[in-house]
Amino acid sequence: MYKQIFNKYSPEKENLIYILHEIQDNHPQQYISEDAVTEVSEYINVPRAHIYGVLTFYTMFSTKPRGKNIIRLCESPPCFLKGSENILKKLRETLDLGLNKTTKDGMFTLELCACLGVCGNAPVMMINEDVYGNLTEDKIDTIINKIKGEAK
Amino acid sequence: MAKMIKLWVDNIEVEVQEGTTILDAAKETGKKIPTLCYHKDLAPSSNCGVCVVEIEGTKGTKRACSTPAWAGMKVITNSKKLRELRKTLVEMMLADHDVVCPTCEQNNKCELQDLAYLLGVDDKRIPKVLQKKPLDLKSFSIVRDPNKCISCGRCLTVCQDIQTVHALTINGRGFEGTITTPFDKGMADSPCVNCGQCTVYCPVGALHEKSDIDNVWDQLLDKDKYVVVQEAPAIRATLGEEFGMDPEEVTVGKMYAALRRLGFDRIFDTNFSADLTIMEEGTELINRIKNGGKLPLITSCSPGWIKFSETYFPNLAENISTCKSPQQMFGTLVKTYFAEKEGIDPAKICSVSIMPCTAKKFEANRPEMRDSGYQDVDYVITTREFIKMIKEAGIDFKNLPEEKADDIMGKYTGAATIFGATGGVMEAAVRTAVAILSGEEMADVNITALRGMEGIKEASLTIPLKEGGELPVNVAVVHGLGNARKLMEKVESGEKQYHFIEVMACPGGCVGGGGQPYNSTIADRARRGQSLYKEDAKLTLRCSHHNDEVIKCYEDFLDAPNSHKAHKLLHTNYFERCKITGDTIKETTSKH
Repeated sequence: MYKQIFNKYSPEKENLIYILHEIQDNHPQQYISEDAVTEVSEYINVPRAHIYGVLTFYTMFSTKPRGKNIIRLCESPPCFLKGSENILKKLRETLDLGLNKTTKDGMFTLELCACLGVCGNAPVMMINEDVYGNLTEDKIDTIINKIKGEAK
Repeated sequence: MAKMIKLWVDNIEVEVQEGTTILDAAKETGKKIPTLCYHKDLAPSSNCGVCVVEIEGTKGTKRACSTPAWAGMKVITNSKKLRELRKTLVEMMLADHDVVCPTCEQNNKCELQDLAYLLGVDDKRIPKVLQKKPLDLKSFSIVRDPNKCISCGRCLTVCQDIQTVHALTINGRGFEGTITTPFDKGMADSPCVNCGQCTVYCPVGALHEKSDIDNVWDQLLDKDKYVVVQEAPAIRATLGEEFGMDPEEVTVGKMYAALRRLGFDRIFDTNFSADLTIMEEGTELINRIKNGGKLPLITSCSPGWIKFSETYFPNLAENISTCKSPQQMFGTLVKTYFAEKEGIDPAKICSVSIMPCTAKKFEANRPEMRDSGYQDVDYVITTREFIKMIKEAGIDFKNLPEEKADDIMGKYTGAATIFGATGGVMEAAVRTAVAILSGEEMADVNITALRGMEGIKEASLTIPLKEGGELPVNVAVVHGLGNARKLMEKVESGEKQYHFIEVMACPGGCVGGGGQPYNSTIADRARRGQSLYKEDAKLTLRCSHHNDEVIKCYEDFLDAPNSHKAHKLLHTNYFERCKITGDTIKETTSKH
């Protein structure tokens, strides 16, 4: 199933992270399934236990199916001081969504992440590849509505 | 000759080899720096931070377990700052630990309990943050209690590096990191082979055997049940150290006496069926060599090894002896041979075994282990559980009289006693095989090349044949599953060729089993093995084929080694297992 991805990488331990990223990016639900772990384990000859450890160590990887748009709100201290807690509350209300959960329509997944490196614009979040800074509760409505509008 | 360096630990001068850690250098000065995740048998992981020290002229602290000493180093092992640091670390661990010491399996043995007491920590200073998780109870052998786990990582090191089983991993990181099985499936649905080495090295009570103590008491206290017991060779080399006796003393007579006082109806000995195993397995080996059968023959006594081989080496299934383990041979015979001889309804017999092993619990529950028409072994308790029962019953073990086992399945030879040590099964098999093949008894039955703690041992023997000529036999002995994996890869590829291989899943063999006392070190295992060899040397009968109860069992019941009846009752078959869940996929050898 992942043959095309495997063909790009030699079967070495060093390629584990690259392979996992590519598998996740190519999955419509943006996650790495148990079957994928088994196949990777056989391809690079690394125990599943080790791969599972790597997967859960890095917050960028998910072992559970996720939505089309992954919201990652920074939980590092600078964003916290600038009110990321309120932003989180607002996101949860707007999307009617718990942390690390996905909306029923599969549109959004809400996660927290470590520093995104743009503390000057705190509080910050990423939605997929895009960074949104200087967040306010009003901005959240605009951003979410825009994404919802685009999907229609 | 390694370079020597000089350093000072708390102003005491000490000279050590270059590369020595601060921890070991301090030990040379008579000082034990507090540790928790560190274990001398395992590579340091530097996970816990309890062993922090200061070094004059450098900032911050260093972890003594993993920092090599350097020349001229001035180490400070105790300061106000270090005491505060260590206390805080342990307080944080306690805040996330299910502190239920009185009922914990590790009570009075727990390294965290010890440390908390010695450091005088305040267990209320940091508010409790423990979020209770469910226990992993599905395995036949091992219970995992995530609420007690302190993430020291010893179990990971043992499971991954020493045993190469990879049943355990870390989920997440930092404070949220928990030790678990891949995808949190639980031990029963993981590649775990039940060896239990994780339980031996766990410093707290997060990993322990699934207890059958209550079940055994229920049977003992049920007047309608006839409860028969067998004890593995390794048990007798271990009990002394737990009851304040000379740890080198082998306590056979007191062990029988204790069992009688616990209320067992018949006290037998697994050593009997160890001798029987040699008769069956030795005959199997000779037949395979003579008739061009599949070689090398690989031993089948260790249930951890059997599950491991079924998972990772299904292609070697035909190489593995079809003999059941001594525990299972014994179980089958109790409910057939013994029941028939004594006229007892086998349905009323409860067969209990005392094993140094957690995998034996799994083995007894394998669905194919019912050749008597019943589950052949009803309950398996570990050495640790046995010790707990003796203590619960208030038995003064140290001062017990020396008693004897009961007739028909209680006699044994020295060959059976050494089954408990790595190399013992091989040595016992050679003693009998030589006698059968050459028609003469060995002048010296000590085969020292097969003894000791080296991971992989090899020997080439030349056996004179009674019909004339000689038979060269190459053997190997391996213990610890990582070593077994290395050797089996070479056997599979054809790089190494042998006639006979002994494999024990646990380092040191059964004396180092997963059911042995917590924190059994490599040194403890070596000492227990030595005790068994000394015990063997004291016995008059040292070859399995001289066991008159085994001879009588063949005469009265089994006919002959490898007879049709023996095959039906004492031999078994194997399966290929899934590397992910450990479930059976298909039979690799057929039964009988």
